[in-house]
Amino acid sequence: MAAAATCGSVAASTGSAVATASKNNVTSFQRRGRRASGTNDSGPRLVSITGTRPSVRNGQLLVSTGLPALDQLLGGGLAVGTVLLIEEDKYNIYSPLLFKYFLAEGIVNGHTLLVASAKEDPANILQELPAPLLDDKCKKEFDEDVYNHKTPESNIKMKIAWRYQLLPKMEQIGPVSSSRFGHYYDASKRMPQELIEASNWHGFFLPEKISSTLKVEPCSLTPGYTKLLQFIQNIIYEEGFDGSNPQKKQRNILRIGIQNLGSPLWGDDICCAENGGNSHSLTKFLYVLRGLLRTSLSACIITMPTHLIQNKAIIARVTTLSDIVVGLESFIGSERETNPLYKDYHGLIHIRQIPRLNNLICDESDVKDLAFKLKRKLFTIEAEVQKGVSTATFLLDGPRKKLFPCLFQLLEVACIPWLMASSSVFKASNIGLSPYVTNSLVFFLLLSFTFKDPCNYIGRT
Amino acid sequence: MFVELNNLLNTTPDRAEQGKLTLLCDAKTDGSFLVHHFLSFYLKANCKVCFVALIQSFSHYSIVGQKLGVSLTMARERGQLVFLEGLKSAVDVVFQAQKEPHPLQFLREANAGNLKPLFEFVREALKPIDSGEARWTYPVLLVDDLSVLLSLGMGAVAVLDFIHYCRATVCWELKGNMVVLVHDSGDAEDEENDILLNGLSHQSHLILRAEGLATGFCRDVHGQLRILWRRPSQPTVHRDQSFTYQYKIQDKSVSFFAKGMSPAVL
Repeated sequence: MAAAATCGSVAASTGSAVATASKNNVTSFQRRGRRASGTNDSGPRLVSITGTRPSVRNGQLLVSTGLPALDQLLGGGLAVGTVLLIEEDKYNIYSPLLFKYFLAEGIVNGHTLLVASAKEDPANILQELPAPLLDDKCKKEFDEDVYNHKTPESNIKMKIAWRYQLLPKMEQIGPVSSSRFGHYYDASKRMPQELIEASNWHGFFLPEKISSTLKVEPCSLTPGYTKLLQFIQNIIYEEGFDGSNPQKKQRNILRIGIQNLGSPLWGDDICCAENGGNSHSLTKFLYVLRGLLRTSLSACIITMPTHLIQNKAIIARVTTLSDIVVGLESFIGSERETNPLYKDYHGLIHIRQIPRLNNLICDESDVKDLAFKLKRKLFTIEAEVQKGVSTATFLLDGPRKKLFPCLFQLLEVACIPWLMASSSVFKASNIGLSPYVTNSLVFFLLLSFTFKDPCNYIGRT
Repeated sequence: MFVELNNLLNTTPDRAEQGKLTLLCDAKTDGSFLVHHFLSFYLKANCKVCFVALIQSFSHYSIVGQKLGVSLTMARERGQLVFLEGLKSAVDVVFQAQKEPHPLQFLREANAGNLKPLFEFVREALKPIDSGEARWTYPVLLVDDLSVLLSLGMGAVAVLDFIHYCRATVCWELKGNMVVLVHDSGDAEDEENDILLNGLSHQSHLILRAEGLATGFCRDVHGQLRILWRRPSQPTVHRDQSFTYQYKIQDKSVSFFAKGMSPAVL
């Protein structure tokens, strides 16, 4: 009976480690004994899946969206079993990037991918994924034998974040041995061919599937949606992501990506007519998809051209049926392009909804005015510059692998009571730029202490 | 069950009124904390609860229920709770042909006219057992949430009919209570939803409306709760009572305070 209990038991048993210990002045990463959940029959020990981590708040299993900055804004990442809906920007320039980051993250972590599109062949989408940024040490590890557990990292004793040495090693499922959560990608380079070929992916290209004669169950959805649902359900069952297949024991995540859902290419007319005949098709699809996701180890990203939907009621319903909703608004063609306030940015990013899963509250970011910027190689999300107050830049030095996990986790500890915006923010002057800095992701925090050089900070504490 | 909300509503699990329809409504915020409150309230009151959960999975309610002091798995095992998990049932209905009528049968049909199978399910779940001993005090029907039925292709009139049938059975015949949640779409011009909301507002005895603050997001005050008592059956000589409070949701409880009296401000 692992199907319905998967999410619940996964949440309960992995979550005991990081429950609300922060209230008792104990570090929130203290490991407690596993709560004996009555329905936990998923084996003797729950193995950590690569690329996932339990949420700090309620132990919910999270996967990265591919953009560490977005993960931070969403409360740590995308919860397994939920849908991330991206409302496309007007000319569909930036939303495919987020889509690709999500898929690239899946390949780097060794997750199974399911790519569905009505416009582009999924094989072509995979060819255009951005290359992950791995530094030299990680490249060496990547070339080594996968089963060699003696990685150089394990020999080096951690000085500051020594508790992490007590955590078990992540089981190596994918070819890439970096066990980090959230990677950086170089948007100007393509993902290496060997990584794509080593990954397990399934493609759903609507023009091909619509002509084949799959047995279609009677349903009032448009044929495209029905076929897609059946395809997804088939993969989930065949590969054992919902635990109901007795032959397949799957301990991996299925990442589903659906592009341009709701556009006329899917056979849906909500973008063309206000009160079309299929006005319930999309919402029914989302509901059944939600049912499939909640009972399996999968996470889904959907991009939807909501700016084209004529009926606002449908947008409201779609928002209710999705878990996380992120809206992109690019400045191209609008009057904001010439506004001096926005001259550094390419658009605004709105976090419209964050779910409250297994909890009464959710991790909302206090910063609501967020803008994004696509630099030559990276996609950054920043809080909008307020008048007269300059915001602090915190540059994460990505490729310094030893430093980074400690820094990132420490940052998380520092930010757990989401530091309130104080007016005493300042510009970090000299960050000790290294050549790798331009490749890292910039993200804003309003902090109450100075940052000069990440190395110095570690030394100081 | 939030003790502060019980105080505001002037009820306790021991002496709750019977035969009432409570409408939960949320506008621009998430009102699901009210559903968790009533679920744990009626389970603690030793009522037989039929929960039609259309929007979240069983484990979600179970985990929050544990924080509020009720165990949904145990309640289900001993027969106190009948749980219809909409998401799981929808997957079963859509992908496998069902032999017997399923409560969510309308998902398979192109033009489903009514919610009769769902009503049959509710009636079957809450009908009193003739074994003689009265284990449970009175039946309660909880629906979370009704707006999803509109998204799944039912018309507002069909949903109102369903509520009417349930009210006749649960509230009048079996002297139980009903609690339903409806989203208020606000300015999204959702006509069907407005019809449903207005129709239910006129039928209900108690309306709890969770609204987001008009001024936007605040870390210390999560929203505003409007409580409205009505007497739909009797001609109202007195004006309906209405109170407004602001609230902040914490990990295991919700604290209520008068407008502007948030502890963070004082």
